[in-house]
Amino acid sequence: MLMRWQLAYPGEPLPVIGKWFGETRMPEGVMLPEFYNQLGAMHGTIMVFLGIVPLVVGAFGNFVVPLQIGAPDMAFPKLNLASYWFYVAGGIVMLVSFFVPGGAASSGWTSYSPLANIATMGQTMWLFGMICLITSSLLGAVNFITTIIQMRAQGLTFMRLPFFVWAQLVTAFLLLLAFPPLEAAGVLQLMDRLAGTSFFLPSGLVVSGQVLKVSGEGSPLLWQHLFWFLAHPEVYVLILPAMGIIAEIIANNTRKPLWGYRSMVYSIIFLGFLSFIVWAHHMYLTGMGTAISAFFQATTMIISIPSVIILSALFISLWGASIRFSIPMLFALAFLPMFGIGGLTGLPLGLSQADIHLHDTYYVIGHFHYIVAPGTIFAIFAGVYHWFPKITGRKMNDILGHIHFWSSLICMNLIFTPMMIQGLAGVSRRLYDGGVGYAHAQGVLQWNVVMSMAAWTLALFQLPFIINIFWSLVKGAKANDNPWEATTLEWATPTPPPHGNFLTTPVVYRGPYEYSVPGNTKDFTPQNQAEVKYDNAD
Amino acid sequence: MTTQTEIIPYTVETRPDTGLYNAKLGVWLFLASEVMLFGALFSTYILLRVSAVEWPHGSKILNVPIGTFNTMVLITSSVTMVLSWASLKMKNFAKYKLFMGLTILLALTFLVVKAFEYGAKFEHHYFPKTSTFFAIYFTLTGLHGLHVLGGIVVNSYFWGPGSKMWLTDPTRFTNRIEIAGLYWHFVDLVWIFLFPVIYLL
Repeated sequence: MLMRWQLAYPGEPLPVIGKWFGETRMPEGVMLPEFYNQLGAMHGTIMVFLGIVPLVVGAFGNFVVPLQIGAPDMAFPKLNLASYWFYVAGGIVMLVSFFVPGGAASSGWTSYSPLANIATMGQTMWLFGMICLITSSLLGAVNFITTIIQMRAQGLTFMRLPFFVWAQLVTAFLLLLAFPPLEAAGVLQLMDRLAGTSFFLPSGLVVSGQVLKVSGEGSPLLWQHLFWFLAHPEVYVLILPAMGIIAEIIANNTRKPLWGYRSMVYSIIFLGFLSFIVWAHHMYLTGMGTAISAFFQATTMIISIPSVIILSALFISLWGASIRFSIPMLFALAFLPMFGIGGLTGLPLGLSQADIHLHDTYYVIGHFHYIVAPGTIFAIFAGVYHWFPKITGRKMNDILGHIHFWSSLICMNLIFTPMMIQGLAGVSRRLYDGGVGYAHAQGVLQWNVVMSMAAWTLALFQLPFIINIFWSLVKGAKANDNPWEATTLEWATPTPPPHGNFLTTPVVYRGPYEYSVPGNTKDFTPQNQAEVKYDNAD
Repeated sequence: MTTQTEIIPYTVETRPDTGLYNAKLGVWLFLASEVMLFGALFSTYILLRVSAVEWPHGSKILNVPIGTFNTMVLITSSVTMVLSWASLKMKNFAKYKLFMGLTILLALTFLVVKAFEYGAKFEHHYFPKTSTFFAIYFTLTGLHGLHVLGGIVVNSYFWGPGSKMWLTDPTRFTNRIEIAGLYWHFVDLVWIFLFPVIYLL
């Protein structure tokens, strides 16, 4: 919000709240560039590592996965607790860093060296915070994989797992294998900053007119490689669980089995594997050879195939269905085209020639925000509306839900579409004045005001959602154990689930999405139902 | 806590279709992530060395005999670790105590030798900031040393207060020693890579 004020009205003082930030950050309520950089870096870090990952993996994963596989709990409850406290510690370190001398980390969420090496103390805090968060993710990932593999209910074979569980399994593997290289990079950058080594500092680096007194011979590119080796799988960590949530909701509300469940599962595994060999497409501008950029270009094009398969399968699942337009389903339906836009706008970025123009422009920002904001965040909203009755025993209010959905959809598009327009015009993402000083940006500057207005409106329209949660907790319509008439195991327990999750150990007899089986008296068959009554039993 | 271990399946016995108990799968996954951690560090070493103008020969700066001695110490400790687990399998608790104690002693020996090595380097004014070679040397061996320390803490717990579990739940305790052993062998293996890469090449 603060950043958007600065972009819309560069140099103008922020009314009222501008005074709260003190002279060092916003003298007379006008934002200093340094503070803008801190906000930029911390927005990225907090959203990715403290916001979305913990929500989709930590919150939904922890609640839904054990229920969907019929397990009494996660495999290692104490490890889960440790993971949570590491997360809290990491979060606190990150937030406290705003108040140390020099402020928080300001080198972007990517923390590229050598900029990050010479940054203020906030960067050291950032590194310590990250190491805590990484530890938390690693412990969580070990726990998830073990739980899913070891604690599936009797009869729940891998091809009977709900798609959400598959998504979580692949996500956990990505976390497990992609995070350690960043941890290594974090340790090396800490050594650079604290012990005076120069892993990432080249010889003869000149800072503020003086040659830096270090041993040199380090490689700034090395940081980029290590960082993106994590960070590309990381974007799949953000989106895969979202796809899982959407798949559950679509199957349930179309009253049909998911179209192509098996190909979706194979796609998601393939997607997870491929995500490890595309990282250098973030680095086309580093002057890599054509052979290498051709390789990463090819893998990047290939990785779009499984994503498109999953998206297409979800679209085809809608075909010929009598869709229930419940609130979670609305969010799920909006997710499909929004994620489509986000995904397809990524393709030009994957081609090294196009990327040279678009690199570091607002086009990139628009692209990935389409994936994480109306993509992942809509999936999170959908998940909240969908599983709220299971958690609390009450349904959420429909009218407030409609207000929340439509306003969010419109505002999100008003924010992120102009970013693409600006990006195509070549506006760089890191300008703290939004491009006022640049001739090529003049034609698209007016969008800054639109985007900022939309962002504030979007924030305002999250109020109905928050009110809805608290109002429904107390006054929402009572829901029974299976209000959506769903098939997966989480709906087979009492609401809210007791300690140990299930009253009797569940046994699974069928696949996850047996909806509208021809001849069946009911239009859904829970996974734990042994026998089916048919109308025309012969 | 006891109620939790009662409701969570496969904490002690193995799941028939996977052939594993939970913690064993968990520790293998953890080791996979450790491989990625050290893999990234070794890649760093390769990249920096390839791009360096000149790279000192480890054998000329570092003390190879001491390094060789430490390698032998760690390998022996891996052997005693296996023997301690085997003793539990054969229900011989006294022998377990002996071999586990030896493992811990050997690990401590390794760290003490390492500390003297570091001290000698500091005396010659070799610090992490001296050159990229020393940056690599101190970072990699330091991180490995922390892993050894972690192993000592875990093993000491199982040697001392943790060993009470042998009386109440012997199978579970044997499992614990098995997974502690898996970790210990990994730490040993990292050193077996580190030693030639840094000291000899």
